[in-house]
Amino acid sequence: MNTMQKWGALLLTFLSGTAMAAGGDLGQTVQQATNWTAIAMFVIFVGLTLGITKWAAGLTKSTSDFYTAGGGISGFKNGLAIAGDFMSAASFLGISAMVFSKGYDGLLYSIGWLVGWPIMLFLIAERLRNLGKYTFADVASFRLARKPVRTMAAINTLVVVSFYLIAQMVGAGQLIKLLFGLSYNTAVVIVGMLMMAYVMFGGMLATTWVQIIKAVMLLGGATFMALMVLYHFDFSFDRMFGEAVRVYGEVNKTEGLKIMGPGTLFKSPIDAISLGLALMFGTAGLPHILMRFFTVNNAKEARKSVFVATGFIGYFYMLTFIIGFGAILFVAQNPQYLDAAKMAVTGKLELRGGGNMAAVHLSHALGGDLFLGFISAVAFATILAVVAGLTLSGASALSHDLYANVIAHGRSTEKMEMKVSRYATIGLAVFAMLLGIIFEKQNVAFMVGLAFAVAASANFPVLVMSMFWSKLTTRGAVAGGVLGMVSSVLLICLTKAVWVETFHFGDEAPIPYQNPAMFSMMLSFFCCWFFSITDNSARAQKERDLFDAQFIRSMTGIGADGAHKH
Amino acid sequence: MKPNQIQEILDHPHFKELVHKKRVLSWTLATLMWVIYFGYILLVTFEPEWLHQSLSGGVTTVGIPMGIFVILSAFILCGIYVWRANGKLDALNKLLRDEVQL
Repeated sequence: MNTMQKWGALLLTFLSGTAMAAGGDLGQTVQQATNWTAIAMFVIFVGLTLGITKWAAGLTKSTSDFYTAGGGISGFKNGLAIAGDFMSAASFLGISAMVFSKGYDGLLYSIGWLVGWPIMLFLIAERLRNLGKYTFADVASFRLARKPVRTMAAINTLVVVSFYLIAQMVGAGQLIKLLFGLSYNTAVVIVGMLMMAYVMFGGMLATTWVQIIKAVMLLGGATFMALMVLYHFDFSFDRMFGEAVRVYGEVNKTEGLKIMGPGTLFKSPIDAISLGLALMFGTAGLPHILMRFFTVNNAKEARKSVFVATGFIGYFYMLTFIIGFGAILFVAQNPQYLDAAKMAVTGKLELRGGGNMAAVHLSHALGGDLFLGFISAVAFATILAVVAGLTLSGASALSHDLYANVIAHGRSTEKMEMKVSRYATIGLAVFAMLLGIIFEKQNVAFMVGLAFAVAASANFPVLVMSMFWSKLTTRGAVAGGVLGMVSSVLLICLTKAVWVETFHFGDEAPIPYQNPAMFSMMLSFFCCWFFSITDNSARAQKERDLFDAQFIRSMTGIGADGAHKH
Repeated sequence: MKPNQIQEILDHPHFKELVHKKRVLSWTLATLMWVIYFGYILLVTFEPEWLHQSLSGGVTTVGIPMGIFVILSAFILCGIYVWRANGKLDALNKLLRDEVQL
């Protein structure tokens, strides 16, 4: 490889990790015996959340209630909800499994997921809150032409939401089949119906509470597991690590000490840095995450919520590190949790139910059937919280951006918009269930990668340029958004994961990269810039002149307060 | 906002101070976070042996507290930002808004 190719290859490892950790894909799983404890725990959770939905439904009267809970969520609660939105089932199971199999590299990887949040706080959060009302399209179209920019932003939002939703649905079906012993289709329909109920009746208020309860359950369960592990070693980290090193070396027939430091996760600094950047940009372009910033009253509460979220997410990653070591200690040597048949074939350590099951088996080892049931219910709740947030953000793109602002020219009534948003919710839920069932046997891992790629290449550049660059015009924003989306989808289709492994078009992929989002993101930034500076229309000049007013509002919040009062 | 109000705010010394201070605060903290994270990543890639050495004779390595340090620093930097922005900067913002009466 020549130098250029090397640099290209390094740059293009960009985003390749996101699919893995956001990973809705748990692979094909085998249906297990029906787990009644888990189902009982889950029924309690569903009962509680449906009760909350009923209460929230009584309070959800206006569109502002529906999209943003009237802007009345406190900074602390919103922080917990953001954490609940962000800590997916796959990141809990995936990162603890990575620690279980690689040790320190798991910690290293999870840190990459955390550092995007402070950056989001310092540069984006309060500008977003001061400029937007319900959706991030509000921010992008603040001083630009309403129709083209909103149409573009809404379509991009729907693309991100659809791919993410399908991946979550398929992941949910597989996970639930494994943990609860329910059939795949039953699992998908239960998830679809529940998320529809939360969003349609309870709007943002119910969705927020589902996310808060799930965050508390997940953090509580993980804390209990970590404490139980440490308790066995009289809370001495050195003793725990020492024993884990011994066991790891024995079961993997290798030098155990290597799990105490960085291994082979990053092959080069560019590799690592591009992953870090990818996680930041992808997260900052996800519509359901951005939407959470509009649920608080002002910039002050928006800042607090990121602070709280960062604290909980950081704490959670420390717990998953201990849990991964706990799994080495209590799972790796116990034949009950090992897949002997598979181990005979591969000669490696294999867990029953697949590699992601380390934390689940550990919960059984520490707390028996009852605690296993609890952790399984937490995993189910986690999926529900994430899909509810996605559905709400998709519904708001349809009803607020496309219907009210584009189709009805901003002259829609509150009542009509509410009606449309509820139909949109039903439509999205049916769409997600159908595709979830169709894609049962498909490898959907690439869809999460695709969702992140579109978020980073279509939403993120337009959002950043509209907030920071005074010369952005409608033409530039639409060109950047459309080309960013189209190019990221096209390039993903040319990768090995889609071209070869999903569609079987041939043995070799047209492009040699795992995830080409770096290209499409740079293209999008370039188009925003190029099509703006060459835009000499009168409208473009007007839009540039409007930047001062937007800048004042983004800095001071003048005009932003009261956006939620009704 | 009318054009003359916009100009009034843009020229207002409190607004200029607010923008300046906010920029310094955001970019300083963002740079610090990048330096800490990418510094850590460079250590991982170029000096893995350094992170592998024992912390105090036991199995625990230098890498463990280093990793925890990065996580804690993310949280602490957020805390500093919230404390400054919600305190001094918001007070300045309020002063500005009282004076321009909007």
